[in-house]
Amino acid sequence: MVIDLDRCNGCGNCTMACAVENNITPAPNSRMNERNGVTWLRVFEVPNGGQYPESETVFIPMMCQQCAHETPCVTVCPQNAVELDPATGIVAQIPQRCLGCRYCMTACPYHARYFNWWDPEWPAGLEKQLNPDAAPRMRGVVEKCNFCHGRMHAAKAKAAASGSLEIAASDYIPACVESCPVEAIVFGDLNDPESKVSKLAHSEHTFRFLERLGTEPKVRFHSERSWVRAMAENSVGSGQEEQHG
Amino acid sequence: MLAIGWIVFPIVLYKTEPQPFNFSHKIHAGEQLGMACEDCHKIASDGRFLALPPISKCAECHASQIGQNPNEKILVDKYIVSNREIPWHGYMRQPDNAYFSHASHVIVGKMKCEDCHGRIGSSDSLRTYSVNRISGYSRDIWGLNIPGFRVHPWEGMNMDRCIHCHAERGRRDGCIQCHK
Repeated sequence: MVIDLDRCNGCGNCTMACAVENNITPAPNSRMNERNGVTWLRVFEVPNGGQYPESETVFIPMMCQQCAHETPCVTVCPQNAVELDPATGIVAQIPQRCLGCRYCMTACPYHARYFNWWDPEWPAGLEKQLNPDAAPRMRGVVEKCNFCHGRMHAAKAKAAASGSLEIAASDYIPACVESCPVEAIVFGDLNDPESKVSKLAHSEHTFRFLERLGTEPKVRFHSERSWVRAMAENSVGSGQEEQHG
Repeated sequence: MLAIGWIVFPIVLYKTEPQPFNFSHKIHAGEQLGMACEDCHKIASDGRFLALPPISKCAECHASQIGQNPNEKILVDKYIVSNREIPWHGYMRQPDNAYFSHASHVIVGKMKCEDCHGRIGSSDSLRTYSVNRISGYSRDIWGLNIPGFRVHPWEGMNMDRCIHCHAERGRRDGCIQCHK
């Protein structure tokens, strides 16, 4: 996945689509605060700190970066509840195995993991829009972005109906990618050198957040603006991020 | 204590619930009518399995009563006339977090229905439906045999069985290949 930060306007459509697609529960308003809600995909607003007319802002959709090398959450999990899927490279979370210790949340450099503080509940009537391809998680477990692998299952079933085991690229697109009105998110097979995502991933000005950690995330970002790229590498402790949307 | 564990506990753990009426697979899929499993239990073109047929499928033949069977009378009077779906208890309904594609196994894997479901097609009456009081899952998921020993391959539909069959065929799958 590659996200073009120069295109993103921070509308938050991806956050909403993600929540609906993956049966993410709205936290009870009375007990919700900045730190205990569940948002697999969160858009951060980062200003460059300059005064007008030099002021600029970048919006950063941040979800699980699907680290490929020494994946921190996989390494620390005492329950084997997180694994790097050998077929797809998706970092898979298995809620039924999770004991809720939240070690993975501490280990994640991107703060992309969320803990279920309450039983899953939906306002009356909203349970009718639940997606049968995604199982709701229970109280006391950690969850995170899984690249909408319920959509991958649906694509696999569709391919199998025509006698094939190969998924067509157009059949498997995560909800955030589909919902983005400015087409800022590109998704596909990074191992296919001919795919659009692969070409973009290896183009100039494409980078990863906190690349120096060596976890080789499979989510990359693209920006022509040098201050954005510099911020991405030094984002820990800069204190400039503000949550948006 | 052993008797309580092996005999009394399963009796307490599972409760039985009646099906809306009896259905004979033998009449429909046997020599009399010769229907195939997929005539009612279809795989849609997008690969989703339409497990139980809609009431409109029953109404194709049973728009009005065609025999003297009391079960057919219930079907027609209670469900077809009022166009209501029959609230069957699904014996094989998997937990929410399990993904299983019939298309992958039947169309790509060339498996037969009987390989997993046994000889349901020749049964004359529906079995007793038992449900786990705690999990809400059908007893067919674990199987009738509480220790988990199996005589026939279609007894039980839990993860062990999936893994066993996949391992025999050299498949090494990650969790999310079968879990939502």
